[in-house]
Amino acid sequence: MLIDHPLLGLRDASEFVYLGDASLMNRPDATAADASQQFHDYLHLRDNPAGLHRELWYHEQGDRSWLIVTRDTLTHEISHVELARDVSLAHRATDQEGGA
Amino acid sequence: MNTATTGLQSARIGTGLLDSTRPVSFQFNGRSYTGLQGDTLASALLANEQRLVGRSFKYHRPRGIFSAGSEEPNALVELGSGAYREPNTRATVTELFEGLEARSQNHRGPLSFDVMAINDHLSSFLSAGFYYKTFMWPKAFWEKVYEPVIRAAAGLGSLSMQEDPDTYDKGFLHADLLIVGAGPSGLAAALTAGRAGLRVIIADDDFLAGGRLNAEQMEVDGMPSAQWAARSHAELCSMPNVRCLLRTSVYGAFDHGIYGALQRCTDHLPDKSSEKPRQILWRIYARQTLLGAGATERSIAFANNDRPGIMLAGAVRTYMNRFGVAPGKEVVVFTNNDDGWRTAADLTRAGVSLAAIIDTRTTSAPMKLPGVRIVMGGQVITTRGRLGLRSVTLHDGQTLPCDCLAVAGGWSPNVHLTCHQRGRPVWRQGIAAFVPGAELPQGMRVIGAANGSLGLSSALTEGHRTAVRIIEASGIGKNTSSSPVAEQESTRITAFWHVSASRGRAWIDLQNDVTTKDIALSFKEGFRSVEHLKRYTTLGMATDQGKTSNVLGLAVMPQLSGKTIQDTGTTIFRPPYTPIPIAALAGRSRGKHFRPVRHTPSHQWAQDNGGDFVETGMWLRAQWYTREGETHWRQSVDREVLQTRRAVGICDVTTLGKIDIQGKDAAAFLDRVYANTFSTLAVGKVRYGLMLREDGFVMDDGTTARLGDTHFLMTTTTANAVSVFRHLEFCRQCLWPEMDVHLISATEQWAQYAIAGPQARALLEGVVDAPFDISNETFPFMACAELTVFNGTPARLFRISFSGELAYELAVPTRYGHSLMEALMQHGKQFDVVAYGTEALGVMRIEKGHAAGNELNGQTTAANLGLGRMVSTKKDCIGAVLSKRPAMNTENAIQLVGFMPEDSAQSLRAGAHFLSEDAEETTANDQGWMTSVAWSPVLNSSIGLGFITNGSNRQGERIKAYDPVRGESYPVRIVSPHFVDPDGERLRG
Repeated sequence: MLIDHPLLGLRDASEFVYLGDASLMNRPDATAADASQQFHDYLHLRDNPAGLHRELWYHEQGDRSWLIVTRDTLTHEISHVELARDVSLAHRATDQEGGA
Repeated sequence: MNTATTGLQSARIGTGLLDSTRPVSFQFNGRSYTGLQGDTLASALLANEQRLVGRSFKYHRPRGIFSAGSEEPNALVELGSGAYREPNTRATVTELFEGLEARSQNHRGPLSFDVMAINDHLSSFLSAGFYYKTFMWPKAFWEKVYEPVIRAAAGLGSLSMQEDPDTYDKGFLHADLLIVGAGPSGLAAALTAGRAGLRVIIADDDFLAGGRLNAEQMEVDGMPSAQWAARSHAELCSMPNVRCLLRTSVYGAFDHGIYGALQRCTDHLPDKSSEKPRQILWRIYARQTLLGAGATERSIAFANNDRPGIMLAGAVRTYMNRFGVAPGKEVVVFTNNDDGWRTAADLTRAGVSLAAIIDTRTTSAPMKLPGVRIVMGGQVITTRGRLGLRSVTLHDGQTLPCDCLAVAGGWSPNVHLTCHQRGRPVWRQGIAAFVPGAELPQGMRVIGAANGSLGLSSALTEGHRTAVRIIEASGIGKNTSSSPVAEQESTRITAFWHVSASRGRAWIDLQNDVTTKDIALSFKEGFRSVEHLKRYTTLGMATDQGKTSNVLGLAVMPQLSGKTIQDTGTTIFRPPYTPIPIAALAGRSRGKHFRPVRHTPSHQWAQDNGGDFVETGMWLRAQWYTREGETHWRQSVDREVLQTRRAVGICDVTTLGKIDIQGKDAAAFLDRVYANTFSTLAVGKVRYGLMLREDGFVMDDGTTARLGDTHFLMTTTTANAVSVFRHLEFCRQCLWPEMDVHLISATEQWAQYAIAGPQARALLEGVVDAPFDISNETFPFMACAELTVFNGTPARLFRISFSGELAYELAVPTRYGHSLMEALMQHGKQFDVVAYGTEALGVMRIEKGHAAGNELNGQTTAANLGLGRMVSTKKDCIGAVLSKRPAMNTENAIQLVGFMPEDSAQSLRAGAHFLSEDAEETTANDQGWMTSVAWSPVLNSSIGLGFITNGSNRQGERIKAYDPVRGESYPVRIVSPHFVDPDGERLRG
C-alpha cells in the first residue's frame, strides 16, 4: 500500500504503524458525570465498516506524524490523508466557536 | 528403456533458436547427455528421446513432458546436490547449463520400475477425499502411522535439510509503466512507450524475450517473428529509460500499483560460487501496468490422457520451432480448434510424420494438409503404452500407432494477476475461455492473449494502441511509433471438454492425479461450490496451481450440475503466480541479519572484560562479567551483588529509553501522561513516574528529570522505549495539539551508567569537575544536574537508585561512553569498584522490591503494585478515569509482596501459584502467582516477588507455592517486598 503523506508525498505503508479508528482522537471529558461510561465507549466500542474508514496511522519510520487516512476497507483505496494534528486543531476551533 | 547415447540428440531436427556451436553436457538420473546452449532441461531431454521424466503424485503413473512453460504439471525434477539440492523444479523452465544435475522424483526403485506404481491399481481406494474417508480409525494411528506413510508415498521431491548456501536480495523499482510479459503485445507496447520516453519496466519469466513469437513460423513486419522479437528486445535494451528483466516472474499484484517479481540471477550459471545473489525479489511501484501474460493451452479429458508422449499442441510447436526437437516420430493431433491445425501444419513443414489430425468439430477442415489423414467429428477414446505412448484408439475403434499425441483443447488467457485484488474473470463463449473482468487492480490494463485477443495481429495492435493511450494520458512524451504488422491467424474453436464415450480414468489435473471420476464423485457427495471441489479433490493445487487443468475441471462440473461455466465460476486466484522460494521472501533477513543488533557505546569494553551477553529488545547487554576461576554464572552474579553492596558497582544502563521533552507546556503535558504530578517538580530534581494506559492498567514506569523550567528528560524501560514515544506523540498531536510541547528520542545520544554502592559518592567526587558539589547536602537523593566530568566532558548526573544503594546515574554523549567506562573503572580501583551486569541488577531490584517487566505485564494496576496513592485524584491523566473502576479497586485485589521459602534449601521459581496451605490445588483456590525470583547473596536465601490476594495485610502468613508445570509444591512465607534496607536509609545516605 502507498499512503500519500500530506507533507512527504507517497510513502510505502511499511514505514507506518497502524493504530485504528480515528475516533480515538475524541477523548471524552474526564469531568463529565458519566465519564466512566464515556471512556468505556471511547476505548472499547468501535465501528468496523465495510467501506470508508477513517483511521490513524503513525509515520514511525519517517517524520513521526500521526495521520488520518480515509481508506475503503473493501478495496484499500485511499481517498484522503490528513495530518491528525491539523484535524484536531480544526475540531477544537469549531468547538470553541460553537461554545461562544 | 533409454536409447539415448551421449551426444546423440537423435530427436534433433534443426537448431531452432539454439546455438549449435555450443554443446552443453548435463546429467539426468546419473546418466550423461548433451544439449545445446539455449535448451531447457525439457527440450534437451526430448532431444535425447528421454520421454519418461517422472511419476505422478498419487498413482505413481509414468509421466513425460506435457508443456513448454511454467504451467508444467508433470516434469518436476530435483536439481543440484548437497545443500544446493532443489526439489520440484519444472524442467520446462530450467535453463540448461554445463554440468547441470537433475533427478526424477517421486518413485522408489528406477524411474521405469517404480514399486509404488501399485497405487495405480488401488485407484478405487484413492479417489477424491480419500484422506478424509480412510485411515480414520484408530485415531492415534493418524499421526504415527497413516500420515507418515501417505506423506512418503505421495511426495513431491525432498529437501536437502541443510542450510541454504545461496544469498538472496530484495530491491525496489519504480516505473511509469510496468509491462508483464515480453510476448507480442508486451514488446509492441514497450517499443511504443519506450520510444516516447516513459520509464518502462518489461519483465518476462523466460530467458528469451518474445513469448510465442519464438515458437511460431510466423512473420512480423516482414521478418520471421523470432527475429522481430530479438530485434525489438535489443532496441529496448539500448534505451536508457527501459529496464528489461528476463528470467523474472511477476508473481503478484498488490495494492496501489505495487507488484512483486522474482528475478532468477544465477540459477542458469554453471558456477554456483558467484558473489551475486541467486535471486532478487523486486517490489515494483508502477503508475500504470500492462498485463501481457499470454494464454495457457489446456487439454481434453479422455481415458489415459496422461501418458508420456501426450503433449499440448502448442508445446509441440515450441519444441519444434524454438528448440529444433521433434517430440515424436509419428504424431497424432487431437484438436477442437483451428490453432491445433497450425501444429499439424508446422509438423508437416518440418518433415515429421503426421499420422492423423482428429478434430472434434463436424465442420469442414479449416486448412489443407496434403497427404495427412483428416478425421472431422472424431474423438480419441483411449491410449496405450505404459512407459510411453504407443497408440491411440479412436471413437470408431480404429487404433493408430503413434508415439506423440498433440492435444489442442483451446487457450485460457492468463488472467491470474487481474484477480489478485478483487477481480473475477468472465466467460467469453466465442473463445471458450475466461477473460479478465471489469474490476482490475489499480492502474492495470490487459493486452493480447491475456485479454482474450488470441490472434497475433490483434495482440500486436492492442499492445501498441494501449501504450499510445497511456502515453497520451501521462503527458510525458509523444507517440512516434506505428503498430507492428502481422497476419491474423484463425483461432476458431468449438468448446469440447470431455470424451464421454471414454471408459477408464480421464485426467483433468495431471499434477494432483484428479480425474473426471473424482469430480463426479465429489459432486455426488455434495461438494458443489468450486472452492469445495478444489479442496476436496485437490484440483488445481501445488506447484502449477492448475494452470492447465482449472478450466477443464470447471467445464466438467457444469455438465454434472446443469449450471453454466460462468455461473460455476473460478476459484479465487491468489499470489504467487509461480512458486516463490521462502528464501527469496526472507532475502538478507536471516540468521543474525533477521533483525539488527544494537550495541551500547561500551560494548567492546564489556566484551574485553568477560561480559556474557543477553539480547533485550534488540540490544545486547552484559548479564554478568565472568572472572578467571568462575565456573558458574551464579558465582559471578553473587560476587557482583556483594561487591556493589559492600563497595561500589558500575552498570551500563544506556539501553533505557530517553525522551527529551521541551516547551512551555512540558510540565502540564507530563501531568497528563503520568499518573502522578510533575508540574510541582523543582528544577534540578528527579521524580519516579508511573504511566497508565487509558484502560487504567500500568503501561510503563521510569524517572523523569527536570533540567529546566521548560525542559524535562524522561526515561522509559528498555522494552517500551519505542511504544511510549509513539504514545506520547499520539497524545501531543491527536489529543492536545494546542499544547506547546516537543519530543525527541535521545536514547542513542547518551551513554548512561549506574554507579551504586556505599563508595559511589567517593568515587564520583574524583570524577566530577570543580566547582560542582555532589555532597549529600547540595546533591541529595533525587537531585540532578548538568555538569562536566574528567576535565570538561559534558555530562548529566542523576541521583537515583534502582539497587537501593547510594547511587547515581551518569550520562555522557554517546561518543564518550567507552572512554568513560574505562576511566570510571580505572579511577574506581581504589574504591574496589566492580562492573555488574543485568542479572546482578535484577537481584538487587528484587532485594529492594522494585517492580520491573515481570510485574508490569500489562495486567496489573497501580494498586496491585502498591503504588495506588501515586494516581493523583486532583487531575485528569491518561488512565485516570478507568483506573477508578470498582472492579479494579476491590478489597481483595492482588498486591505485590515478597516471598521466602520456609525451607532455606528450597529454590523459588517464577510462575508458581499461591494457595492456602491446606487448599486443594485447583484454579478456584488460586490466590496469585510468583513473578520474579532470585538468589539473594545478602540474605543467603532464595527470594521472590509476586502478586497475592490482599497481600499487604497478610505478611507473615504461611502459604503453599504450587508449580504444576515443574511438579513442585512447597511452603513459603509472605514477607515485605523490601528485603534489603526497607527504610531506604542507604539511598539517602
